[in-house]
Amino acid sequence: MSKSITRISHNAPVLEDNDPQEDLVTLNIGPTHPATHGVFQNVVQIDGERIVSGVSTIGYIHRAFEKIAEHRPFYQITPLTDRLNYCSSPINNMGWHMTVEKLLDIEIPKRVQYMRVIVMELARIADHIICNGILGVDTGAFSGFLYVMQEREFIYEIYEEICGARLTTNIGRIGGFERDFNDVAFAKIREFLVRFPPVLKEFQELFDRNRIFIERTSNVAAVTPEEALDYSWSGPILRATGIDYDVRAHSPYCSYEEFDFEVPVGTNGDVYDRFMVRNEEMWQSMRIIEQALDKIDKEPKGIFHADVPDFYLPPKEQVYTSMEALIYHFKIVMGEWDAPKNEVYHAVEGANGELGFYLISDGGRTPYRLHFRRPSFINYQMFAPMSSGMLISDAIINMSSLNVIAGELDA
Amino acid sequence: MDKLTNETVIEKLKSQFGDGITHISEPKGLLTVETHKDHIIEVLRSIKEDDSMQFIYLTDITAVHHPEREKPYAVVYHVHSLVHNVRIRIKVFLEKENPTIASATVLWNGANWMERETYDFFGIIFEGHPDLRRILNMDELGVFPMRKEYPLEDPNRVDKKDFYFGR
Repeated sequence: MSKSITRISHNAPVLEDNDPQEDLVTLNIGPTHPATHGVFQNVVQIDGERIVSGVSTIGYIHRAFEKIAEHRPFYQITPLTDRLNYCSSPINNMGWHMTVEKLLDIEIPKRVQYMRVIVMELARIADHIICNGILGVDTGAFSGFLYVMQEREFIYEIYEEICGARLTTNIGRIGGFERDFNDVAFAKIREFLVRFPPVLKEFQELFDRNRIFIERTSNVAAVTPEEALDYSWSGPILRATGIDYDVRAHSPYCSYEEFDFEVPVGTNGDVYDRFMVRNEEMWQSMRIIEQALDKIDKEPKGIFHADVPDFYLPPKEQVYTSMEALIYHFKIVMGEWDAPKNEVYHAVEGANGELGFYLISDGGRTPYRLHFRRPSFINYQMFAPMSSGMLISDAIINMSSLNVIAGELDA
Repeated sequence: MDKLTNETVIEKLKSQFGDGITHISEPKGLLTVETHKDHIIEVLRSIKEDDSMQFIYLTDITAVHHPEREKPYAVVYHVHSLVHNVRIRIKVFLEKENPTIASATVLWNGANWMERETYDFFGIIFEGHPDLRRILNMDELGVFPMRKEYPLEDPNRVDKKDFYFGR
């Protein structure tokens, strides 16, 4: 990274005058700029349209989730995880539930695991739809985005059917789900499996072999596997460089080892490869959902949570009528149960990469320390160094292919 | 290639660093060791570059504050051997006054922001870091907010005290 920009203050973008001849122009992109898809700033020095050097400033929507989490009982932390990567909240929710279940040694029934897999893969599709659709918009192709956006809306309808919420879903509870998927939900998931493939196919036909798109994205921001590992990249952008690291395959959670799916990899690590990897991942997610539906059919009906009354809220009608349920309800809501002392690291494959939860419990009702390993945060740090020498327009599509989500970036 | 297990990692680390590696445990199967801040870069380098281990992927760097300890700050490294699919957690405890530790940016560029975040929230100084500034908080904050002594909200507020809830 070029050292020519030295910022005097972190949150005041004043630059030292290192260019007395004024050959270069200093440009603020952001904090709010349509090209950045979120609240973050890049101050770049440009020579014509070419970026000479740049500095990223992040933290505009930092909400201190790690600090808040130290003061909340475990079940109240789920809504915080919603707001990390808000394009695929269910993955964050499930990751958090699984972390706590690992701490508490709760065994989850198979049917619930498959239900979770369905929700997580739907979320992955919704996230990739956004990323690839927006990449199309940034390269000047608006219609593809609108085609797939309708399907994302349909995924949100499925969320609504499952949990009542759309964006910040708060799906599930520690120990399972708050309620079973109803018949409409299952019907909608099946309908999605039928209606999405033609749309995705159409979307891909618009882009995959489109000469304008290829020339716009191919060999733009190409990253070697060594660089990607050096910067701790994970997720689709790492796989686009050719490294087949996928948490679902490497350290399977939630019974992913039972599913038959492929981990697509790219060769160049450029924007085009990232686009292709994400598209292929959507196809693989569809395969996984299909298998999960079949597996659910073979499991006994009506199971939607583990039998752990100490940690899982009893049904409301029992709370109003039975003493025992009332006691459990009270104990759980007031956080009157002690978690075991231990430390846990649990990672799930988020839509952007390895989403890790590092949880230390000292036995209280709240975590002693909770750290989120946020893929966007770690992936994004290479953006400024890799932008030097790039055209502004290339840097912008590079950013959209990194799929940086401000909520996850800033926690 | 032989499969790498936690035992072989311990063995190799022990043979190389002897008493430099302490407090070996495996909470939930994840090998956790402690080392001294003088050794941390050597330890990280040896597990990264040893052909039989290849912990080439730096998953995460963060810190934990244990105010009751003599050395209250723990810097925690999660490193992953993608080749053998084994993870290791390395902890280094730092003293209360002026907690400093060598920067891992000499081994991984990706350590840059992780260390900046750790500095921002815990005030751990990473020596040799190319650009150790705050990253998520504003410069004028003046405190390191994830340390336990800084309250989440106004400490004078009484309506949320635990004793109202029988605790």
